[in-house]
Amino acid sequence: MLEVKNLSMRFGGLLAVDQVSVDVKEREIVSIIGPNGAGKTTVFNCLSGFYKPSGGQILFEGKEIQGKPDYKISRMGMVRTFQHVRLFGNMTVVENLLVAQHRHVNTNLIAGLLKTPDYRRREKQSLERARYWLDRVGLLEVANREAGNLAYGQQRRLEIARCMVTEPKLLMLDEPAAGLNPAETKELDYLIVSLKEDYNVSVLLIEHDMSLVMGISDRINVISQGRPLASGTPEEVRQNDDVIKAYLGEA
Amino acid sequence: MAANNIKHALFCAVITLVISYPILGLNLVADGAVVYLEGATTFTVVSVFLAAVVVFLFQLFRDDIMARLGFISRLNPLSGRDPMPQQKRAKLESWVLTGIIVLALFWPFFVSRGSVDLATLVLIYIMLALGLNVVVGLAGLLDLGYVAFYAVGAYTFALLSQYAGFSFWMALPIGACLAALFGLVLGFPVLRLRGDYLAIVTLGFGEIIRILLNNWTNLTGGPNGIGGIPEPTLFGMEFGRRIKEEGNTSFHETLGIAYASEHKVIFLYLIALVLAVITGLIIRRFMRMPVGRAWEALREDEIAARSLGLSRTAVKLSAFTIGAFFAGFAGTVFASKQGFISPESFVFLESAIVLAIVVLGGMGSQIGVILAAIAVTILPELAREFSDYRMLVFGAAMVLMMVWRPQGLLPMRRIHIELGKQG
Repeated sequence: MLEVKNLSMRFGGLLAVDQVSVDVKEREIVSIIGPNGAGKTTVFNCLSGFYKPSGGQILFEGKEIQGKPDYKISRMGMVRTFQHVRLFGNMTVVENLLVAQHRHVNTNLIAGLLKTPDYRRREKQSLERARYWLDRVGLLEVANREAGNLAYGQQRRLEIARCMVTEPKLLMLDEPAAGLNPAETKELDYLIVSLKEDYNVSVLLIEHDMSLVMGISDRINVISQGRPLASGTPEEVRQNDDVIKAYLGEA
Repeated sequence: MAANNIKHALFCAVITLVISYPILGLNLVADGAVVYLEGATTFTVVSVFLAAVVVFLFQLFRDDIMARLGFISRLNPLSGRDPMPQQKRAKLESWVLTGIIVLALFWPFFVSRGSVDLATLVLIYIMLALGLNVVVGLAGLLDLGYVAFYAVGAYTFALLSQYAGFSFWMALPIGACLAALFGLVLGFPVLRLRGDYLAIVTLGFGEIIRILLNNWTNLTGGPNGIGGIPEPTLFGMEFGRRIKEEGNTSFHETLGIAYASEHKVIFLYLIALVLAVITGLIIRRFMRMPVGRAWEALREDEIAARSLGLSRTAVKLSAFTIGAFFAGFAGTVFASKQGFISPESFVFLESAIVLAIVVLGGMGSQIGVILAAIAVTILPELAREFSDYRMLVFGAAMVLMMVWRPQGLLPMRRIHIELGKQG
């Protein structure tokens, strides 16, 4: 589904990402791990179109997407979350989910002013989808509260729900467990697995919480200082000497 | 406490003196070509010093005074009440609004010509502020050159009527659309800019339009402006005493009533009212539509909006275009009301006033913006007696407002969206 070949990203003299390759198949959870500053988020930024990679190839469902604008990549079905929660803080929880469905609603101004049947039907559908996902992540009670006033754990879940209402094929989560307590991390664990099992979404995950990564990943890629260090199943990675030295040993 | 307070109070008193003495206590007297300074009357000087003493005493005992003042809010019997349920409130609001609009329809027949004229101006500012509210309040794009689109609307009508004999009704959509086109054109270069940079570029754009109008003498008449702009007609009926254009009839003769100069003023007021209501309703719909949500999303977090598939280009351009469209509307009405326009009417101060209306009213809040437009336009008129200190009073009101209600008169409220219990 997603194939990244020899991705490089250079900022002036700094080679932040050097020849990294990742691939994600249908219904697979793949993790990227590595010490702080290894270039994980830079890889994400290249994949989602925020940066234009300096080298390499990114194929999503067989189509080259490197250098495409971010919103087009998102519309193809690759949606990401952010390391620091980025919600529309002054808008309500439902509105956050409605904005995300921009692709599914009738954006024609005239149709909206006249409330054509098609416009009404699509608005209703998007509201329905928002309701479903709010229920799914347990935020139905706070649907009309401002997103910025939610507790941190709720904000994290809302961010995932906001990605899911766009009906993505590949979900990219950047440290979704950061700042969550153990119970919330456990919930997140179930949620991510359920996204794969019940909604056929592939997941690309950046995470520092080792129990989460080892528990749910099908495969793991390790990068260190921008370079790929190892890749394989959680078992293989856990036993790789380089990885232990560079990452697990230090932690 | 004491030492600190005394220091602070002294400082405030000195500032009061420094500011008010040169303004009030010294007079410039022109004697032929010579200008010299003269002290003001003893009474003024004494008042200035008294004011300083009052400031000193107030600052010295400020904590005490403010604590005593706390009971005022308890005097309001409504302050402790629970807020009304959402739906009831929405219903009440729409009834009150309908009532106000109906009142506004009949009001001009009972008041003086001057107040109707002023009310027309208020309505023009309401249109401008509602339009700018889209750009600044909803989309979060600080636009300091908004008056440019107003000018485009006004000059389009003026030029079309002068060179091609267009009537108000033909020029209205053309003026608005041309202003919208200018909005689109300005939108392209500023797509990547945010905040301060955007403000500076839009400021420049506003000035470019004004200077262009000022210097393109062949076409626009430069600083002399364009006069003789026709008034709107009602189904071919003119409101003047004599018919200016062939084929038209005159209003008072057709209806068989005596000629009155008020007819014209009231008719213009009604046109402005209808256009302002239309503007308000259309923008209100936009706010509840995908495009409105996209504007707000872009204001809240541009990166997140893009990551969800919103095109920055489309969202920003639509905000600029729609905002400019309504400014063009207002401009056409303005040109028709004045009958004469010149670049003088489209200076930066106008942009600043419209922006002040939006900020005072509460960014994004339509009712707040309408209230602020009324206040900002009428207050200076009421304060005509203090004409020398009008801007001073205006500035003071602004500062006090920002201290006590930085969120604006009536901050924007989120729309409550009812979700079905079971789908």
